[in-house]
Amino acid sequence: MKKNPLHDIAIVATYNTRQSRRLENENDLSLILEIIRGLIDSAGVKTSDIDGINISTPVWNLKPREALQILNSETRWCGNEFMGISAVLEAAGAIATGQAEMIMIASAQAGEYTSGESTAPWTRPTHEFIECFGLYTAAEFALCAQRHMKLYGTTPESLAEVASTIRNNGNKHPKAAFYGKPNVSPDDVLDSRMVTSPFHLLDCCITSEGGAGLIITTAERAKDMDVDAVYLLGAGTDRQGMSYTRAPVWDKCGDIGKRAANRAFSQAGIRPKDVDVCEFYDPFSFEIIRQFETYGFCDLGEGGDFVMDGRIALDGEFPISTNGGLMSFGHSGTVQMLQKVTAAYDQLCNRVPDEINVANAKVAMASNGGSGALFCDVMLLGTEPA
Amino acid sequence: MSTMGDEALLNKPGLPVPKATVISQPHWDGCKKGQLLVQHCDECNAYTFPPEIVCPQCLKSSLLWKQSSGKGVIYSFTVVHRPQRPEFAAPYVAAIIELEEGWHMMSNIIDCDIDSIEIGQAVEVSYVKREDFSLPMFKLLTVP
Repeated sequence: MKKNPLHDIAIVATYNTRQSRRLENENDLSLILEIIRGLIDSAGVKTSDIDGINISTPVWNLKPREALQILNSETRWCGNEFMGISAVLEAAGAIATGQAEMIMIASAQAGEYTSGESTAPWTRPTHEFIECFGLYTAAEFALCAQRHMKLYGTTPESLAEVASTIRNNGNKHPKAAFYGKPNVSPDDVLDSRMVTSPFHLLDCCITSEGGAGLIITTAERAKDMDVDAVYLLGAGTDRQGMSYTRAPVWDKCGDIGKRAANRAFSQAGIRPKDVDVCEFYDPFSFEIIRQFETYGFCDLGEGGDFVMDGRIALDGEFPISTNGGLMSFGHSGTVQMLQKVTAAYDQLCNRVPDEINVANAKVAMASNGGSGALFCDVMLLGTEPA
Repeated sequence: MSTMGDEALLNKPGLPVPKATVISQPHWDGCKKGQLLVQHCDECNAYTFPPEIVCPQCLKSSLLWKQSSGKGVIYSFTVVHRPQRPEFAAPYVAAIIELEEGWHMMSNIIDCDIDSIEIGQAVEVSYVKREDFSLPMFKLLTVP
């Protein structure tokens, strides 16, 4: 089989700022500078080694091409603004095609969400066929969950198990927005107030401020650096158009991400059972259940049972969102999508407290998006090259 | 009774009105006349909603506005307790309606007992005025 150029690419550094509901005295530019300095320090490189970037912020509205001027080094490539797995994939493509050799990807958000009266600005659609009916992100994902519950008998208890597990990971991560919070039981989730049925408050992700970034380069270059390298094993995207502009009809979007996962597993030459850590996108508890089905970890309709009995716990077969994910670690702007990749790196390199470290984890799966968002991207990463 | 059945609450100042486009304007004009208009392709017989510039099935520019029966079923729903913005009177029911012709749209179920809403229930369009618009919302066809 022809070698996949993706397999010549490695992540060599990650950096997370502190995440918090509000980061007083910070703005997204101050956070970006912290991340850039942190990444350069962590990778042990000079600014002139970075020859490509994809750095942006939503509030200050820093664009990647403007960000080139901050580094003012030998940059010759710059990515598009879209963050997350697709940004990592875009950068990997640039490296694989010789456009750059070492790329920094980063984003941060602070100072945008100031009112508690409405849902966060970036979760509130403006589309003519959505906004006037009082819909917003949580309600649209709820429409998918509700359909699944009707078709397959998925229970609120399964959703609560997911939310409880994720939250109890995050409260042990020192950089998490909810670090130090008391443990949350499935009953606590079920007892929390209803946001939009079937989602209780604790089934939903938080909103917070913070940022993150990473550096990727060639596997060959990584060998010469004094760093922990995590290799790209496979990846895929699955897109159905603009998020939050049309009805998330389960028959059409319920298995979004399936094609992405099939491609990623095929590229990596592994199967779901080979995944040690599931850094799945977790905007709402139900989405974890959906992803286990969609990616082939279990059959359609069986996700609700699959997540029970400790299977998704840190010492279970498929630990999920080990840093607390969007429900506890952080959910800022678009950088939260990139943080699924940094979470995978940090877990595989044992850069998390012992309490939430998954022993001997060698393969991680990260994902972005979901049914209600009409897109879903996945990436498989490993401590050894494919 | 859902507060969403209350005309005063449904017209509360500050509630968002649709930002119609050149492409969607005929749909909103239809609503004002009590007609639920949807694009239909004469070439391949597909319905397209939300409105598009061409038929996404066959790429023909032969989309014509056709009147829907306005009847359908609840494909999925959610009872929203935390409103999108404070002007919305919660709780309210947001739903995906599957129209008889097989196409889907988002809307609200009004004049209903929120606790007894179920997927699959038959509904019919009912227009609610908001500023200069008539919004297509839905009522249950048979009261259980």
